[in-house]
Amino acid sequence: MITRLGRWVLSRLRRFLPEWLLTAPSLLWLLLFFVIPSLLVFTVAFRPPDPYGRIGEGWTLDTLARLMQPSYPAILWRTLRVSMVTTLVCLVMAVPAGYWLARQPASRRHWTLLLVILPFWTNFLIRIFAWRTVLHPEGFLQTSLVKLGILSSNASLLYNEGAVLVVLIYTYLPFAIMPVYAAAERFDFQLLDAAQDLGATRFQAFVRVFLPSIQIGLLTATLMVFIPALGSYAIPDLVGGPSSEMVGNKIAQRVFTDRNLPHASGLSALLALAVILPMVIAMVVRSRHPDKVPVEREKGGPREGGAQG
Amino acid sequence: MKPSRVPLYTTLAVLAFLYLPIVVMTVQSFNAARYGGEWKGFTFSWYAKLFEDRSIWSATRNTLVVAISCTAVSTIIGSLAAWVLHRYRTRLQRLHYLVTYAPLVVPDILMGISLLLFYVNLKILLGLGTVILAHVTFCISYVAFVVLGRLQDFDYSLVEAAQDLGAGWGRIVFRVLLPVLGPGILAGAMLAFTLSVDDFVITFFVAGPGSSTLPVHIYSMIKHGSTTVINALSVLFMTVTFAVVVISQFFSRNRPVH
Repeated sequence: MITRLGRWVLSRLRRFLPEWLLTAPSLLWLLLFFVIPSLLVFTVAFRPPDPYGRIGEGWTLDTLARLMQPSYPAILWRTLRVSMVTTLVCLVMAVPAGYWLARQPASRRHWTLLLVILPFWTNFLIRIFAWRTVLHPEGFLQTSLVKLGILSSNASLLYNEGAVLVVLIYTYLPFAIMPVYAAAERFDFQLLDAAQDLGATRFQAFVRVFLPSIQIGLLTATLMVFIPALGSYAIPDLVGGPSSEMVGNKIAQRVFTDRNLPHASGLSALLALAVILPMVIAMVVRSRHPDKVPVEREKGGPREGGAQG
Repeated sequence: MKPSRVPLYTTLAVLAFLYLPIVVMTVQSFNAARYGGEWKGFTFSWYAKLFEDRSIWSATRNTLVVAISCTAVSTIIGSLAAWVLHRYRTRLQRLHYLVTYAPLVVPDILMGISLLLFYVNLKILLGLGTVILAHVTFCISYVAFVVLGRLQDFDYSLVEAAQDLGAGWGRIVFRVLLPVLGPGILAGAMLAFTLSVDDFVITFFVAGPGSSTLPVHIYSMIKHGSTTVINALSVLFMTVTFAVVVISQFFSRNRPVH
């Protein structure tokens, strides 16, 4: 009996040990330094702060109560609004750009793509600083706009929500272009000609044939822009003003200015929930429309059926 | 019907938008005037000032120490992760995949604050070490997915053939796997290196006194208003990054970025 059990354990070990051993380094590392810290965000919110800026003993609901103060919902709403506008503008720019890139001959595509991606590889802070130079009150943009009489000389291009939006769009635009391009690349552009032969206008063909076919790309682009935009901190901090603060700024203030870690943790938990929600929605949408969407569409009703090449 | 011009014009506008600040900054780094409302003559003085600034050198050194250690560790762990994710299709790997994927979608600030809370809870002193641990954590996922992309077209029968011919695992790894997967692993390592050099938000949360990296140092220069040398610094920084990206393109053709 014991030998049989021993043999069973041994055979299981021989079967699974290599996999376990090879999985252990990354899985354990990520459990320790990613999963556990992420869970901490939710638990520390219920701890009291201690006078040394660390986390105190015991449990409390104080932080939760303070998060109900009216200033926080306002900031949360602004964060959502700014992120949504950023996402929308990025999509509006990414769709034509991704379409154009996908229609380039294969030989040229690699380098045009690199051209779009290259600015994204400059350091994140350098990009923000570059925009501060562009929008600076003594910079060339403001001085020329004032000379042209478009702007009054005491207006400011910097330190407002507009500046935050411009830099957010600038930062996340490549993240929108890439997935749209990737989806457009798999699209059969002859379908557009076919739709037009069958009487659709160019715009109708674009909206009814092209856009539905790149649905997954649009969804990925939305997530790739919206989620990091929700968590932005450096951009509103460096080009925004007090009236354009986002949740990220509040988190950083709680950590670095008042050294109240439980409060920072509570705000982060709110942000985490705001991030998880769109991801769950996306997962539901994606599971309802798996990759076979274009195929089904070909078999579908008379309208889309007309798009067959 | 003539093809629409809208996509072309949008793309040109997008490119102009993307390169505007870079061009302005580069021009500005040679402009004798501070804010570039006007051109006051060509100068190298900002670059000269940059080389005299000792705090920039110490920040550069920190950045390199972090990036090199992080690249070494995360490349090994990330490549291993990619291998098991590709090789096994078990429940354990489903969990493994989820845990490897999640750091890619979590906003930086959440990762920064959660690691800070973790360190504070364990009473670990913040310093270069905590920065390296944080960087390895997010780089593992990127390396794993770059290498996994390469593994998609890897033919496992190569390994079986080597086994049939009597090769042990040591020999298979060094004579079969590394030569075939080398370019993918190298591309992953380069991505890890650039991401580590680039990171600001996470580093800002977990860096202790004296362990500022270049981005954190640039941030404090902007905050304290000593911005004169940042343009010059940025141009140098950018040149190096562009060189690395263009070189890495040759290792990961057909697969630009991620």
